[in-house]
Amino acid sequence: MKTTNHRAWLLVLPVVISVAFSAILPLITVINYSVQDIFGPFQRVFVGGEWFRDTLRDSELRGAFFRNLLFSAEVLLLEIPLGVAVALALPAKGWRASLSLVLVALPLLIPWNVVGTIWQIFGRADIGLGGFFLNNTLGLNYNYTNDPFDAWMTVLVMDIWHWTPLVVLLCYAGLRAIPEAYYQAARIDAAKPWAIFRYIQLPRLRGVLLIALLLRFMDSFLIYTEPFVVTGGGPGNATTFLSIYLSKLAVGQFDLGPAAAFSLIYFLIIQIFCFIFYTMILNLGKGPAR
Amino acid sequence: MQSLAASFEWMAWTRPTAIFLLGIVLLLVVMTVLGIRYPAVARKGFLPMATTRGDRLYVGLLGVAVINLAWLGATELTQGWAVAIAAVWLIVVLRWG
Repeated sequence: MKTTNHRAWLLVLPVVISVAFSAILPLITVINYSVQDIFGPFQRVFVGGEWFRDTLRDSELRGAFFRNLLFSAEVLLLEIPLGVAVALALPAKGWRASLSLVLVALPLLIPWNVVGTIWQIFGRADIGLGGFFLNNTLGLNYNYTNDPFDAWMTVLVMDIWHWTPLVVLLCYAGLRAIPEAYYQAARIDAAKPWAIFRYIQLPRLRGVLLIALLLRFMDSFLIYTEPFVVTGGGPGNATTFLSIYLSKLAVGQFDLGPAAAFSLIYFLIIQIFCFIFYTMILNLGKGPAR
Repeated sequence: MQSLAASFEWMAWTRPTAIFLLGIVLLLVVMTVLGIRYPAVARKGFLPMATTRGDRLYVGLLGVAVINLAWLGATELTQGWAVAIAAVWLIVVLRWG
């Protein structure tokens, strides 16, 4: 019989209190807002499920939702394979390994809004290196401020530039953790590089790849700062993702009720995805595949 | 008491949300007591993973929220039907999930 001492819970109390003030009370307030029409601090009217109904039928919001899903899908499809490829290409040891890791990780150290500013200038046709190159050297008609496709590609490439290093670092760590014995066995069997990748490296990377998938999905689904700085959600609604639309509603128009209902639905979606990924990670070691 | 109520005025309480949140708190208390009295055992039901009591409750409540929102967004009918469907779903998940 294991003895338990419940007094240890007291040690968690400070965290519980601070989380209550920073997260739980605001969340409860959002729940309260979501069923009322807020006119002022002391002027409010109970409206029931009205805002939820409006939010669910809002075509602009649906647009933002599917745009965001598409963006996350593209981010995952491009960043994960690219990250694996770069991690495989990096040197395994010596000063070259350290140097390349530092170089690869550099974009991760830059704050979101600075990344946005960098790309906003980089993409400009008159003074930006990237914009100038595309327009004057390649002769393309690239302008992220009024072409929806260009704006989308700019935000996507920016995200790939900013976050592929994270996937690279995770995969690199995963690759280094594979025991040398596996490679020796592969050499004895005269396995081709592709076979080594397919049957040794990829299965061994399963855990880190799932974590990379989770992190990249969450970040890209919640993306706000970079597109806000670069395109402001435009042109039109081309890069208006969920959080940009939400902040427009809550901060721009001060529609607290609808914004609260929207937040709760957003929160639910995130909860569901988190739970699925979390369960997948938890069950990783138990599956027959491993 | 008056000042306590006044100090939470900024949270814009309403009776329905208060009842809703009280329900959640009660649920947490009940699950905690159950967890201490009868420690949770994971088992495999129709859900794709082994679940404990708490997991099933969580999955069930997520489903309840989705069912209610879907009903609210897609139909003009009274919300009572959605509540009934959600209740059935919750029981099914808790019992066989």
